[in-house]
Amino acid sequence: MIDSIRGRSLLTLNDMSRQAIVEVLDTAESFVEVNRRAIKKVPALKGRVVASLFFEESTRTRLSFETAAKRLSADVLSLAVASSSMKKGESLRDTIATIDALGIDAVVMRHQSSGAALQVKHFVPHVRVINAGDGQHQHPTQGLLDAFTIRQVLAERQGLTGVETGSSLFEGLHVLIVGDIRHSRVARSDIAAYVALGAEVRVAGPGTLMPVDIAHWPVSVVEDFDQAIEWADVVGLLRLQKERGTGSFVPSLAEYTFTHGLTWARAHRLREGALIMHPGPMNRGVEIDSRVADLPAAVINRQVENGVPIRMAVLYLSVAGSVGGTDQ
Amino acid sequence: MRPVRREMMVSGDLERQARKSGLAFVSRSQLLSADDVARALKRMGHEMIERNHEVGSLSVIGLQTGGVVFANRIAEILVEITSTPVATGQLDVSFYRDDLSSNPAPPSAATRIDHDLTGRTVILVDDVLFTGRTVRAALNALSDWGRPGSVQLAVMVDRGHREFPIRPDFVGKNLPSARDEAIVATLDGVWIGTRETS
Repeated sequence: MIDSIRGRSLLTLNDMSRQAIVEVLDTAESFVEVNRRAIKKVPALKGRVVASLFFEESTRTRLSFETAAKRLSADVLSLAVASSSMKKGESLRDTIATIDALGIDAVVMRHQSSGAALQVKHFVPHVRVINAGDGQHQHPTQGLLDAFTIRQVLAERQGLTGVETGSSLFEGLHVLIVGDIRHSRVARSDIAAYVALGAEVRVAGPGTLMPVDIAHWPVSVVEDFDQAIEWADVVGLLRLQKERGTGSFVPSLAEYTFTHGLTWARAHRLREGALIMHPGPMNRGVEIDSRVADLPAAVINRQVENGVPIRMAVLYLSVAGSVGGTDQ
Repeated sequence: MRPVRREMMVSGDLERQARKSGLAFVSRSQLLSADDVARALKRMGHEMIERNHEVGSLSVIGLQTGGVVFANRIAEILVEITSTPVATGQLDVSFYRDDLSSNPAPPSAATRIDHDLTGRTVILVDDVLFTGRTVRAALNALSDWGRPGSVQLAVMVDRGHREFPIRPDFVGKNLPSARDEAIVATLDGVWIGTRETS
């Protein structure tokens, strides 16, 4: 178990202790304030270089990581994979070596293969690697920002700041995650974060979209979405990932919506005060009814907003203390 | 050997600080009482008014975390004396420190400055002035909130050992100390001792 990501790479949330997660959330709280200033920039990473390597499409994650690095005064090297030598057949290892030769302190990487971030960490042990999503494995900053959003909203309701509540608001919190658990790195990171913070997590989804090893996860499986909907304090929806071939796992999109979509009718059976979350991009009308996505209970825009402060916190903790040393 | 009183915790802030650094303050003796501190702050308030005729253009900004209670108390004193409202704020300088690479400490508390500092007279308030590095970082940070007309520095305790050309304008008490000693200043008094692993 890791008790702090200070000076370390961030590849997965699975080995992070409650203390390490709370440290990131507390740090992000300070960056929320920085993002409200007229001058939204602090010199914490002045002179450090962060490379951003996205081998898979992304708008919000890439933009929020690059914005975060710039607001910390780091220089950002952004590799557009589509127009790079990778197209000519250069291997991941050689691409990383080339970028490393330019002198970098951190790599933010998204890749379609699970484990790619770990691989890169082995190639360049003196560089901090921040996993921005690797295949079906992990998306740590999404898990952190989802936990941060829940804490922020619940703390506000009690008139407290997130820092004052620590992890107490997660104690016994009921979180229901619905959808394509099998292909979802977001679900894996969310579950790791919520469980570490003390929440009780259940998952629901079509049998074909459940991972084969679900019995070993720290969650319980709900047979029927409708049965669990009144139990949940937080409903986390997942996107049906057509690019990972999800289409062939469900008979039809309409049938998926019928059994597992958060429809208007289902939304009205939610507990009072329950939160609706979605990591985006949403398929309106498939996993979530368009009107439901715009309810006050849906904190989807808050999730997007919190992307920058969380990623500033991760970069700050991971990179600021990393001069010269190799990651353990 | 002088007697050592263990685990003398003076406030919640200190406890939090100790937990973060892994070091606990062990007091050896109390140098100022709560009354001494109150008197010194009152005197500093009068000095500030003497030097700055327009109290309305003052911004009293406490440095997180130790300086905040002093800044709030000083602002109260200024209001008591002049019956003019005084702008206050609190500043955390973690992101501006020059020792981030060796110690990327998470910020200890939030910054809250809700007014533009351009043209104002800013009084930075801290509990203990030591190397001057925190004040340097604070001067750097302040420019993000505008261009103050002037900046003055008030500290409860000046303990010497400066590493930057920085001097305070208002001092509660000069307390020469050894480098490896620790000084803790709160509204309840001032103590000297050491920091030890808890």
